[in-house]
Amino acid sequence: MTCARSLWMRVAALVTALLITRAAAAADLQSFETVARGRYLAVAADCAACHTKPGGKLFAGGVALDTPFGTLVGPNITPDSNAGIGAWTDDEFVAALHDGRGRGGIRLFPAMPYPAYTKMTRGDALAIRAYLQTVEPVPDKIEPDQLPFPLSIRLNMAVWNALNFKPGRLKPDPSKPAEWNRGRYLVDALGHCGTCHTPKTSLGADNDSSYLQGAVLQGWFAPNITADSRKGIGGWSVDQLVSYLKTGVNVDAIATGGMTEEIVHSSSKMTDDDLKAIAVYLKSLVPERESVSAALAASDPRMVAGQAIYKDNCAACHTDAGTGTSGLFARLAGSHTVQSDDPTTLIRVVLKGSRGAGTAGAPTAPAMPSFGWRLTDAQVASVLTYTRNSWGNAASRISANQVNSIKARLASSSN
Amino acid sequence: MKQPYGAMLFADAAHKVGHSPFPMPAATLSQAYVNPLGMRLGQCTFCGFCDKFGCGNYAKSSPQTCVLPALMRFPNFSVRTESEVLRINLDSTGRRATSVTYIDTSGEEWEQPGDLILLCAFSFFNVELMLHSKIGTPYDPRTGQGVVGRNYAYQTVSGVNIIFKDKILNPFIAAGASGMMVDDYNGDNFDHSNLGFVGGGYMGATQTGARPISTRPVPVGTAKWGSEWKKATAETYRKALTLAVHGSCYSYRDCFLDLDPTYKDRFGRPLMRMTFDFHNNELKMSDYLTNCLADIARAMKPTEIAVDPRKGPYTVTIYQSTHNTGGTAMGTDPTTSVVNRYCQSWDVSNVFIPGGASVFPQNHGYNPTDTVGALAFWTANAITTEYLKSPGPLVQA
Repeated sequence: MTCARSLWMRVAALVTALLITRAAAAADLQSFETVARGRYLAVAADCAACHTKPGGKLFAGGVALDTPFGTLVGPNITPDSNAGIGAWTDDEFVAALHDGRGRGGIRLFPAMPYPAYTKMTRGDALAIRAYLQTVEPVPDKIEPDQLPFPLSIRLNMAVWNALNFKPGRLKPDPSKPAEWNRGRYLVDALGHCGTCHTPKTSLGADNDSSYLQGAVLQGWFAPNITADSRKGIGGWSVDQLVSYLKTGVNVDAIATGGMTEEIVHSSSKMTDDDLKAIAVYLKSLVPERESVSAALAASDPRMVAGQAIYKDNCAACHTDAGTGTSGLFARLAGSHTVQSDDPTTLIRVVLKGSRGAGTAGAPTAPAMPSFGWRLTDAQVASVLTYTRNSWGNAASRISANQVNSIKARLASSSN
Repeated sequence: MKQPYGAMLFADAAHKVGHSPFPMPAATLSQAYVNPLGMRLGQCTFCGFCDKFGCGNYAKSSPQTCVLPALMRFPNFSVRTESEVLRINLDSTGRRATSVTYIDTSGEEWEQPGDLILLCAFSFFNVELMLHSKIGTPYDPRTGQGVVGRNYAYQTVSGVNIIFKDKILNPFIAAGASGMMVDDYNGDNFDHSNLGFVGGGYMGATQTGARPISTRPVPVGTAKWGSEWKKATAETYRKALTLAVHGSCYSYRDCFLDLDPTYKDRFGRPLMRMTFDFHNNELKMSDYLTNCLADIARAMKPTEIAVDPRKGPYTVTIYQSTHNTGGTAMGTDPTTSVVNRYCQSWDVSNVFIPGGASVFPQNHGYNPTDTVGALAFWTANAITTEYLKSPGPLVQA
């Protein structure tokens, strides 16, 4: 009884607080505090990833996004009243984030992560709006829709939304600590982590039963970021996760692929408290059953061949024991990328090399060279099979055909 | 740094002969390290590809490993790659630099204004830029007047090659500055009485690797080509070691850099010309030190030893050293030097040459890099603590 009453009072207090916040926000969207908060939220939501071209003007759009359905281009969201969104009302702006509807009700494509942003509070959406109104207006028109017909028909999205889109703000879970709730809000609403890390259905919607369990996009495997200790981030401490998000490196890993952009533009600029909240939330996503795998025998011919190739090509940096060097060369022993079910990233990094993220905390941005020019597909397969099954690692063997198909995909893609 | 086997054999022998060998100072990482700028460096793997190549292990303390990525994060830092500065532009008085003109790969020329201009090129190019920009008076060897191009000196390098019968040295295991050295014949560390020369140098087992193709030691008298040469190369490769002397070289009136009257570079400017030969003092020094090194080498008990002191005349066709010094020498007198003690041009006070080896008045018996680095800090300190407060000459001529 006491419990229920106290909960009711908390809800009432929350509603009152929200009303006050909303009134205050409406009254003073010009305030420095609101604009500064909006700027931070725009960083946390990584708006620049799609709306600022590298070397281009802030939020002037023009970033091409390769989706499985075709190319979409991030539009101009500067306050220019013609080319940008300066003429939009606040409600129109909020509708874009919450409902996937642009000015005049036109339907956005879900490359704009409104299925995530719908979870954002109205206050946060308005703060982002207030900040966007302060950046330099840019008069460059961008045509976002470059999909092939009939996918280019925006009305299709009415059907898509009916099937796949669940509008609504994220409700805090009162049984969980505030830090956990903040973490979930950052992951699900602002950070839209699932846009990359949750596998998609054939229609491109999140497959909720595999929430944050890893997905292939743009020629990379965005890894499992649940707390599975072998395939996810379960082996990392909260501090290691914070270090990774803040600097792009931790004692074990170096960021690669799309994550380097996320770290440089977004998480490296977030507060330590918010990063810790994200880490606490992700660490709470413990799978019902830990994944298990048996390692291949060291006497397997491919393991023997792989070890010899590893010794000649990899050990100088990653060491014979697969320990790497903290912050410089990835640790392979225990790595979830090395052991992941989908070896896209692993094969790609060996074939093409990669570069880490340069951040204030770790400016080096270390690089791994390409080995595609000097190892055959079979050699790449053997050395990866060896790394996936050594030093306590256990994962399926890699075949030369898998290497070859990734190589073909890389050759035909701009990513 | 751990020492390769050959270097340890040298150190043992040097001890026996009565010297005090010690590890050569090296800006190479013996273990992983994070520097004060947050830059991460890895452990050297002794791959033997240190000189002439970049380091894939982030173990060599080069600017791109230690500084540049941190510097590039500053909003007020920008860099123009694949561009070359052609000249420094002066105002109408000729006493103040206003900008530099540089050219990019498309052949287009750009002007970059600047309040302060630092020449940080390799020593030859510092001299060349001063000559092309007409800052300071060019040196004239006939009259001895003028300063830019004066005091040029090379390094006096020589070697002792040894081959063992039964010791496998694996000399490809090495780093750019790995090795054991002896400094007992440098500067005034030894008695020069009756030797007939001044100066000296350091010596030691400082082989930086044994890269394929460029390293093919064979015993004296081996055929120069064919199957006998191949067989000898294969047998000798892992058993041979080069010991070296890096010796001093004084500056002389007849050794200098100037602009060539005939030949032009690709921009139509006169090429820079080097006029140099070894003098007797350096050749005597080399002969004496190389034989001292041979005494240590004999104590290593090799089966074959080839003593190869530096002989004149100088030839440009055989690589000896990268360590060229002088041309914009530092000094106390503007009639005999180009920059003052703060590496500041006597003639144009907003031009500095912070630590290029071109400011060395002589080539001392050590490699220049440490002194270059020290002078860069020294100059940067003078600029930030003195010059910026009150721009102008830091030393009154």
